[in-house]
Amino acid sequence: MSTPPAPARPARISLAVRDSSTMLRRNLLHARRYPSLTLNLLLTPIMLLLLFVYIFGDTMSAGIGGGDRSDYIAYIVPGLLLMTIGSTTIGTAVSVSNDMTEGIIARFRTMAIHRPSVLVGHVVGSVLQSVMSVVLVGAVAVAIGFRSTDATVLEWLAAFGLLVLFALALTWIAVGMGLSSPNAEAASNNAMPLILLPLLSSAFVPVDTMPGWFRPIAEYQPFTPAIETLRGLLLGTGIGHNGWLAVAWCVGLAVLGYLWSTSKFNSDPK
Amino acid sequence: MTNLGIAANGLRKSYGDKTVLDGIDLHIPTGSVFALLGPNGAGKTTAVKILSTLITADAGQARVAGHDLTTQAQAVRAAIGVTGQFSAVDGLITGEENMLLMADLHHLPTHEGRRIAAELLDRFDLTEAAKKPASTYSGGMKRRLDIAMTLVGGPRVIFLDEPTTGLDPRSRHTMWQIIRELVTGGVTVFLTTQYLEEADQLADRIAVLHDGRIAAEGTAEELKRLVPGGHVRLRFTDPAAYRTAATALREATGDDDALTLHLPSDGSQRELRSLLDWLDAAGIEADELTLHTPDLDDVFFALTEAAR
Repeated sequence: MSTPPAPARPARISLAVRDSSTMLRRNLLHARRYPSLTLNLLLTPIMLLLLFVYIFGDTMSAGIGGGDRSDYIAYIVPGLLLMTIGSTTIGTAVSVSNDMTEGIIARFRTMAIHRPSVLVGHVVGSVLQSVMSVVLVGAVAVAIGFRSTDATVLEWLAAFGLLVLFALALTWIAVGMGLSSPNAEAASNNAMPLILLPLLSSAFVPVDTMPGWFRPIAEYQPFTPAIETLRGLLLGTGIGHNGWLAVAWCVGLAVLGYLWSTSKFNSDPK
Repeated sequence: MTNLGIAANGLRKSYGDKTVLDGIDLHIPTGSVFALLGPNGAGKTTAVKILSTLITADAGQARVAGHDLTTQAQAVRAAIGVTGQFSAVDGLITGEENMLLMADLHHLPTHEGRRIAAELLDRFDLTEAAKKPASTYSGGMKRRLDIAMTLVGGPRVIFLDEPTTGLDPRSRHTMWQIIRELVTGGVTVFLTTQYLEEADQLADRIAVLHDGRIAAEGTAEELKRLVPGGHVRLRFTDPAAYRTAATALREATGDDDALTLHLPSDGSQRELRSLLDWLDAAGIEADELTLHTPDLDDVFFALTEAAR
């Protein structure tokens, strides 16, 4: 029996794209049939937005040296948009962990498909969900008075690009968390930092108003530079070195998450 | 090697200090049904997982459909179909969507994928349930969908890990019929089961797996020859009658507690008549007489108990 020759590079790439889009369709079908998890996770950032604007708004606004609560809306929206991504990716960790307990994953492993496509399907599906969630939370923000009318089209595109890149990075990390968790509850717990980190960042108050010992925690984490960059792009505040820092964090986390996830997925299942 | 669907030499696998497979050899001709028989925990599923590229063996080589398991894993995957012990269907989507998912992953053109999906759903009596989520299916329906999905790519070697475990008798017979039809197309079937009757019904060759080793291998007939022949069992209710008979029938082995005697017999009419005549002449009257021919259960118990 002759061995079929290994497919040439273009064939391999088209196989990867084809299988990944098949897996993406599967994940979108899941998300469409069972949207409750995604919607639940959307509630957290929207509730925080309303809470911080309408309940704490005046005090917070005075605290950061602004005028009325509309100044504070402008301040927290960039952070909440990124927090929305963190929240969505908790759902990714849970659904990846759930999926791995399904018998069909074992079937995929015994089929001649591009193996990482199982994970790529999850990642692309989750990034699309993140983008949709960001649009929804953004719409709520605009409805309660958020405006970014001074930004140029280029800045708008850059802001969108940053949100997508950030979503990609957190999603790969969340996939790794999902693969490393024995069940959905554990996955949900392990992914908690993705929604807690923005609380420890410059999302709600500027880092320089925090106690000195705490500032390094707020500064040396991915949310703060990403928030500062997004703020700069949407509102025209200074970005400084935060732009490069944000991109470096995103690329670093995405690569780390990809390597972690694929090595977990390629090792023998229990 | 070309006429072998599956060939394996010295496959070993351990988890920690627990040895699951302790060097197994397999030579399964193309187009035959092979049954790996064993109790729970004997290592059947581990063998299937290794041969279907799901996990890697610690030692040993194997070729499946002519391709080496370690160096040509992707070619092996292209040639096999696997139905695991736990249903490998996506419960969140419908039966039809599961089938179309398989068609897409086998890179079939859309119209051909739809045609094959519809054909297989019809063949496995799932057309009516095709639009319902697979999680709502009964055990038998899930198993049928599972096998239908396995067949989408036209595999040449099919692994069925305990395909009838947990099914009711009717579904089990349907499954047997399905497996018999598979082989008519020249497909090699590797089956695991803990039911001896199933192996007897379906398999050309049977191997008994015990404690990670193959304790015996052969056709059902060959395996049955490994154990002592059949016997006639005489049961008494009166202890006195039992003792009289036990004294008279020297070659019988007895069970004093159950008041039963076992007499070797090949089960032929001639031998049975002479036995009955002789019992009459000796004035022995048993309350119950049963005839027992050797079956795979005898083989199984003989092999697994001898090893203990």
